[in-house]
Amino acid sequence: MNPQEPLLSVTDLQKHFPVTKGLFKRQVGAVKAVDGISFEVFKGETLGLVGESGCGKSTTGRLVTRLLEPTGGKIVFEGQDITHMSQSRLRPLRRDMQMIFQDPYSSLNPRHTVGAIVGAPFRIQGIKTEQGIKKEVQDILAMVGLNPEHYNRYPHEFSGGQRQRIGIARTLALKPKLIIADEPVSALDVSIQAQVVNLLEDLQNELDLTYVVIAHDLSVVRHISDRVAVMYLGKIVEIGDRKSLYSSPMHPYTNALLSAVPIPDPAARTERERIRLVGDVPSPLNPPPACRFHTRCWKAQEICKTVEPPLEELASGHRVACHFPENTPAVPAPAGDAVTA
Amino acid sequence: MSFLEVKDLRIHFPTDDGLVKSVDGLSFSLERGKTLGIVGESGSGKSVTSLGILGLHKGGNARIGGEIWLDGEELVGASAEHVRGLRGKKMAMIFQDPLSAMHPYYTVGDQIIEAYRIHHDVTKKVARKHAIDMLARVGIPQPDRRVDDYPHQFSGGMRQRAMIAMALSCDPELLIADEPTTALDVTVQAQILDLMRDLQREFNSALIIITHDLGVVAELSDDILVMYAGKCVEYGTAQDIFYRPEHPYTWGLLGSMPRLDREPTERLLPIKGSPPSLINVPPGCAFHPRCPYLDRTDGKGDTVVPELVPTERGHLVRCHMPAEERRSLWENEIKPALETQ
Ligand SMILES: Nc1ncnc2c1ncn2[C@@H]1O[C@H](COP(=O)(O)OP(=O)(O)OP(=O)(O)O)[C@@H](O)[C@H]1O
Ligand SMILES: Nc1ncnc2c1ncn2[C@@H]1O[C@H](COP(=O)(O)OP(=O)(O)O)[C@@H](O)[C@H]1O
Ligand code: SF4
Ligand code: SF4
Ligand SMILES: [Mg+2]
Ligand SMILES: [Mg+2]
Repeated sequence: MNPQEPLLSVTDLQKHFPVTKGLFKRQVGAVKAVDGISFEVFKGETLGLVGESGCGKSTTGRLVTRLLEPTGGKIVFEGQDITHMSQSRLRPLRRDMQMIFQDPYSSLNPRHTVGAIVGAPFRIQGIKTEQGIKKEVQDILAMVGLNPEHYNRYPHEFSGGQRQRIGIARTLALKPKLIIADEPVSALDVSIQAQVVNLLEDLQNELDLTYVVIAHDLSVVRHISDRVAVMYLGKIVEIGDRKSLYSSPMHPYTNALLSAVPIPDPAARTERERIRLVGDVPSPLNPPPACRFHTRCWKAQEICKTVEPPLEELASGHRVACHFPENTPAVPAPAGDAVTA
Repeated sequence: MSFLEVKDLRIHFPTDDGLVKSVDGLSFSLERGKTLGIVGESGSGKSVTSLGILGLHKGGNARIGGEIWLDGEELVGASAEHVRGLRGKKMAMIFQDPLSAMHPYYTVGDQIIEAYRIHHDVTKKVARKHAIDMLARVGIPQPDRRVDDYPHQFSGGMRQRAMIAMALSCDPELLIADEPTTALDVTVQAQILDLMRDLQREFNSALIIITHDLGVVAELSDDILVMYAGKCVEYGTAQDIFYRPEHPYTWGLLGSMPRLDREPTERLLPIKGSPPSLINVPPGCAFHPRCPYLDRTDGKGDTVVPELVPTERGHLVRCHMPAEERRSLWENEIKPALETQ
């Protein structure tokens, strides 16, 4: 699909958090937060990562940026294996890989000025700039749509959307190549969400950025992504380019997710075909065996409970882990990119 | 007179920084069996409105004015005692965060039993049977066992269901749901919205659904009221608001939102700036600092507060722009831009 070398390539990545009990912290189990996922991110593209709460999206982001130590698997960034690279050797790479967080309130130090926050990466990395840090920071503030004269103001003097812009400015300071944005707009009001989405798109074009955007909002993810990966209980169940994934979703879970999104059109109430899942997502402490979705899947057969379905490419660039996928190319999907039926 | 009639409701809070006009002249009406959706960004006064109807500001520092008529009875002037007697039985509320509305030290069952016995003179045994029936009705599996669980033993979706069971245990005629699904995953949100729709049909109650999500209002509402800075800016049927909206703020909300039911667009069309503080509401039209059409109002936009005026089509719009101009803008510019962007 994309002929170039991937910027980031993840193979069989795992993170199991030990669950301990008692005085001696005896390990009694493990939360399989991320349990063997593989994907690639190509230069200049946006990969969207969707799934319900607790499925391992943030953990994936933190593993890839090495804020968490992987339990297994491999992470290759720009051709270098960084899976277990020491923090000192990682330091120069930290400039290239940055993270934007969900909560624009708690992720900014309230006692530091905007200038100090956005300029911190320069100081930490010991970078001298030609015109001095202040000028550099003011340029970045202007780039994200903030007033450069607000250099000496504190976070509480800004609205939620402006604080998210400060967070974005901070990640841009070191001209990163890859930005992992974990729910960058979900704490914002609708009208502000759209501003920040547009800003992320503009910056990507101007600065040639590559994004991994983690979000639970399927409409936002479709809007900004080139490719999308759907996670369920620590696994990627489907990954493909956005058109193919949204117009002919193959995994039953993806179909259920899309059909659950409320559509802002009163006519959709009666016209839409609905798939309703029963129950909640099972605990990742004790995920169902084989296909993890079998406890909620309306298509489940005996084999789903015994044999784990591999993630297989069923259409060009579109991989699915299911024994009985929907919309496979042999059975053409209805035309169009819409999910209304 | 309608089952619920709110007339010129004002709820103001004196604070150290000045008077906060959280709700400032709000009027609407609702019949049994019908659903009103109230949409707006955070801080627009949605929650203050719902607490006001339930009489929960009584005895606090709020200054309350206007009238609330529920089934022929006026509530603003009624005693706190009297309104408390109506809560639970005549009207009930579902909150965004079920944990804050449920007591952590009592079992889910005990809380439903308690709520039921306030209004019904029955034995504990009968009330317990009723609680189990209600839990079954909202889709809690094994309700006879789960009735003895504590709230923290329930998942987020189950807690929300339990709160709905509690709110519905006395068969209230008016149900107010304030962001009932905002904290939930989309598949669980879909279950809860279905449940509310079914229960409303079954009990023929009047439902007010408060949310910032236009998709959620479109799923449930007969009528929709759009709030901005404590005031209603547009009020009409769901069809009016989605197919022929006339207020620039409503247009902005629609443009801010990526939609799964349409071809993906290139750009979102956000509203500039951010929602105002209710202490310093901008003069004239509160939306004017963010409105692209300020120059079309003969200098009145930032000086004169526009009235909420019925259009020929019968829905209400608060904007100085001449009606023909708004309509032509919508038909010729906004609507085509939203469809293709
Ligand atoms: N430090 C930790 N110790 C133990 N378990 C953890 C830890 N961090 C995360 N988990 C668990 O790992 C699973 C995945 O968590 P993660 O934060 O990646 O989910 P997510 O997909 O980002 O969810 P959300 O949409 O709610 O942000 C969850 O079950 C979570 O409780
Ligand atoms: N008890 C109070 N005292 C002072 N201000 C309040 C109080 N309760 C709410 N407000 C203010 O009223 C406005 C509307 O709040 P709210 O109705 O909660 O908004 P939302 O539309 O997000 O539900 C906000 O500016 C809020 O800060
Ligand atoms: S493998 Fe079986 S249970 Fe899993 S999603 Fe496919 S059909 Fe459903
Ligand atoms: S009154 Fe003027 S400023 Fe307010 S919404 Fe209408 S056009 Fe915009
Ligand atoms: Mg997360
Ligand atoms: Mg609220």
